[in-house]
Amino acid sequence: MAVAEPAHDTDHDHHEHGEFIAHHFDSAEQQYDSGKLGIWVFLVTEVLFFSGLFVAYTLWRSHHPEIFTQAHVFLDKVLGGINTVVLLFSSLTMAWGVRAAQMGRNRVVAQMTLITMVCAAMFLGIKAVEYSHKWDLGIKPASLWHYTGEHTAAVGPLAVSLGISDWLVTLSIIPAILLIAFVVVSVVLRLMDKPVWSTFSAGLAITVGGYFLGAVGGQLYMQASEGSSSHASRAPVVLHASSAGYQEQDHVAGQEKAVDSHAADAKAGEAHPDGNAADEHASNDHGTDAHAGDSGHGAHAVDPHLPRKEDLDQDVRIFFSIYYCMTGLHAFHILGGIAFLAWIFYRSLVGHWRPDYFGPVDYVGLYWHLVDLIWIYLFPMLYLID
Amino acid sequence: MSTAEIRQKMFGHADKNYLNHSKGFASWALTLDHKRIGIMYLIGVTSALLLAGVFALVLRTHLWVSDSGMLSDAMYNQMFTLHGAIMVFAFIIPSIPAALGNFVLPMMLGAKDVAFPRLNLASFYLWVCGTGFLLVALATSGLDTGWTFYTPYSIRTQTSVVYATFGAFVLGFSSIFTGINFLVTVNTMRHPQMGWFRMPLFLWSLYATAIIQILATPVLGITLLLLIMEKLIGVGIFDPALGGDPVLFQHFFWFYSHPAVYVMILPAMGIISELIAVYSQKKIFGYTFIAFSSVAIALLGFLVWGHHLFTSGQSHVVTLIFSAITFSVAIPSAVKVFNWLATLYKGSILLCTPMCYALSFIFLFGIGGLTGLFLGALSTDIHLHDTYFVVAHFHFVMVGGTLTAMLGGVFHWWPKMFGRMYNDLLGRVGCFLVFSGFNLTFFPQFVMGARGMPRRYASYDPEFVIFHQWSTVGAFVLGAGIVLSVVVLVYAALYGRKVTGNPFSGASLEWQTSSPPSFHNFDHPVVMHDPYDFGDMVYDETLDSWVHREFIEPDRRPEPVPAHH
Repeated sequence: MAVAEPAHDTDHDHHEHGEFIAHHFDSAEQQYDSGKLGIWVFLVTEVLFFSGLFVAYTLWRSHHPEIFTQAHVFLDKVLGGINTVVLLFSSLTMAWGVRAAQMGRNRVVAQMTLITMVCAAMFLGIKAVEYSHKWDLGIKPASLWHYTGEHTAAVGPLAVSLGISDWLVTLSIIPAILLIAFVVVSVVLRLMDKPVWSTFSAGLAITVGGYFLGAVGGQLYMQASEGSSSHASRAPVVLHASSAGYQEQDHVAGQEKAVDSHAADAKAGEAHPDGNAADEHASNDHGTDAHAGDSGHGAHAVDPHLPRKEDLDQDVRIFFSIYYCMTGLHAFHILGGIAFLAWIFYRSLVGHWRPDYFGPVDYVGLYWHLVDLIWIYLFPMLYLID
Repeated sequence: MSTAEIRQKMFGHADKNYLNHSKGFASWALTLDHKRIGIMYLIGVTSALLLAGVFALVLRTHLWVSDSGMLSDAMYNQMFTLHGAIMVFAFIIPSIPAALGNFVLPMMLGAKDVAFPRLNLASFYLWVCGTGFLLVALATSGLDTGWTFYTPYSIRTQTSVVYATFGAFVLGFSSIFTGINFLVTVNTMRHPQMGWFRMPLFLWSLYATAIIQILATPVLGITLLLLIMEKLIGVGIFDPALGGDPVLFQHFFWFYSHPAVYVMILPAMGIISELIAVYSQKKIFGYTFIAFSSVAIALLGFLVWGHHLFTSGQSHVVTLIFSAITFSVAIPSAVKVFNWLATLYKGSILLCTPMCYALSFIFLFGIGGLTGLFLGALSTDIHLHDTYFVVAHFHFVMVGGTLTAMLGGVFHWWPKMFGRMYNDLLGRVGCFLVFSGFNLTFFPQFVMGARGMPRRYASYDPEFVIFHQWSTVGAFVLGAGIVLSVVVLVYAALYGRKVTGNPFSGASLEWQTSSPPSFHNFDHPVVMHDPYDFGDMVYDETLDSWVHREFIEPDRRPEPVPAHH
């Protein structure tokens, strides 16, 4: 029930080749103008909906700038940048689709809409990689925060064999089920001689494929770039089963110590660019005497490429609360957008669009551009802080 | 179609109408007809009113004694919270726009429906769903945070905060969709000859309300969503134990909830403009001023939320600014009151039930609004904040204002909705009970509050006993008045005397339909007239209805009478 229905949803009363003007409108122009005004007003409400989070971000950043500078090292600019390009490209294909609808070229609309959906799913796939990696490190919203500077284990057989995080497997279960289901349904419908629904189901399968494209690509990138300077190390650690607890492999053996300057500052607890705030907090006792590589503490080996737990401000958790709320709400809107795009996709397959009736494509396009625009704000605000 | 048939369609009583146009549960549950949606909303919000009203009576009964009333402290907290939450979110915010606005707005514009009928139905089901979640909260561990959900208590309490806030969140979307629908409808679906300044003032007020619903409600949405996240996964934005700021919650909450009170009052004021004009049979005084004052209230209302936080520790500068702007937002409301009074002057007053409610409104809203100034002034607010003075103030504006206007409007448009007349004597008795019961309930609360009685207290100092007891008696009288009004209306809908399209000489377009209206509202071309030109109206005996002069047979047409002598 929290999914907002855009106003465009209601301005037609439609049969396949018949009347597309709803009975309460006097003309097609009145219907189109109403829908246009309606979707713009709805977009205003969406901006205000996000505004609370932007205000929270602004307040926290102005009052506690140090937690932002400490925390952003955990965000990968390259992945975020790829997501930005993906969404910008999807806006292009969406606009192309609107133009095609204006010209009544339903096939092109279907193709463009499908590409847009695939891009959206790719975005979500990359997000899944980012989120699962963070959860590996215990980077969760404030009250669930349990960052220790170490990786948690990959224990599930699938995760171990693929060398990926348990969390990523969990997130990918539903997409995997959907992919198989849509493919099967598509084949069955084709055999039942329902070509349009079959194509529709195939399109949905391709969309879910986009998720895997993003997730696999993101994961490969992560593994390929471990130890590089753009991000703290990211490979999950495969454990040996041990009765005395976990014995962590030292997976960073022999890697260069190319740590970016902010992480080095945080680690060293030196004069912090923002005026020693981190210093004061670093001297707090954040827990037990977990020093890097101290085997007396237990069998955990701390990853030297990650900021040490003690060097992070207690309140750095708030950054991640804001991060998860903002990107989570945005991802939720991407999901909703995929649903609306699927509806447009179906109607293109049935050939509804014509030069004098293309409103819904236009309205969904506007919604999609707003979702893209919100990401354009989120990316620099969260990822490009230094 | 002959002229006589056209005139019958325009102004007669219609036995075939939107109510019996189609039959069966599905024809109502899946209807796209704004009139049916309005009726369903009316039934829904009235049920919410009665439920929350019962909670109020329980509260007032508990407060009959100063100590050891019939409720435990925890139960008392639940009662006032649920009374407030259901009244605010499920009753008063949707009430006039969703129930009366849905029914009347398209017809006043000369349109066949709102711009987005399916969105309208979705709004209704969101209302049902949101209210359902509130009821689930009630049925599980209840709610004891106060309807304002202040943190950090709302994070710590074990009561059903998540269900209740989610219910309010869903109700917020119902409100947003209604706002989007009305804004677009007024913009694009007016009669071709109806310019902005030939619209009835009820539509101006609904338009201003729609602006507030669209701009303010999403902020409540994100606030409640963040509170839910705070409780479920502990994001720490409002929780001081995790580094958050509880006063930030108050700012976010009141950024919506202050404009929300203008959502509550603006449609009510719009109704009063219609009632005063029709029942004085006089052109509304200062049309343009009233129209612009609605927009001014809507916009200024966004700048004053801090007056709910005067004692929260916000900076002195900010407090001063909010206080100053709060004074300014009273001005457009006062403009309306003066214009209404000027309309009454030398009018031809008909003291029927709706007019009684309209006159009650002017008196009660006047008091309510003026007492808001006491609260807006910093020196007095320090003493009055969180006392019964505040409780009395907002009940005067919400009950004495909005509920009174809603009852007046419901009586006024009831003959149009059902084609049947209510018993006016009993209706006025109900109005008298509401007016006197209301005053007896809430006037003593001003005195109590000024003498220091805090709000939301389950037990109190014995010096206040007599005030509380008057208040309790008044509450039951008020309740009786409301119940009587509901009974009168329901009886009228079923068994009332049949009436025709325009029994009161209204001049706006909704009176140019049959009573009840047909499914399409207008089965004939709509003829645009000035909505307040009562001099143009003539009573037609054959139709038993008031009609515009041009529809009377030429040889029976009387001479126009000037409005002023």
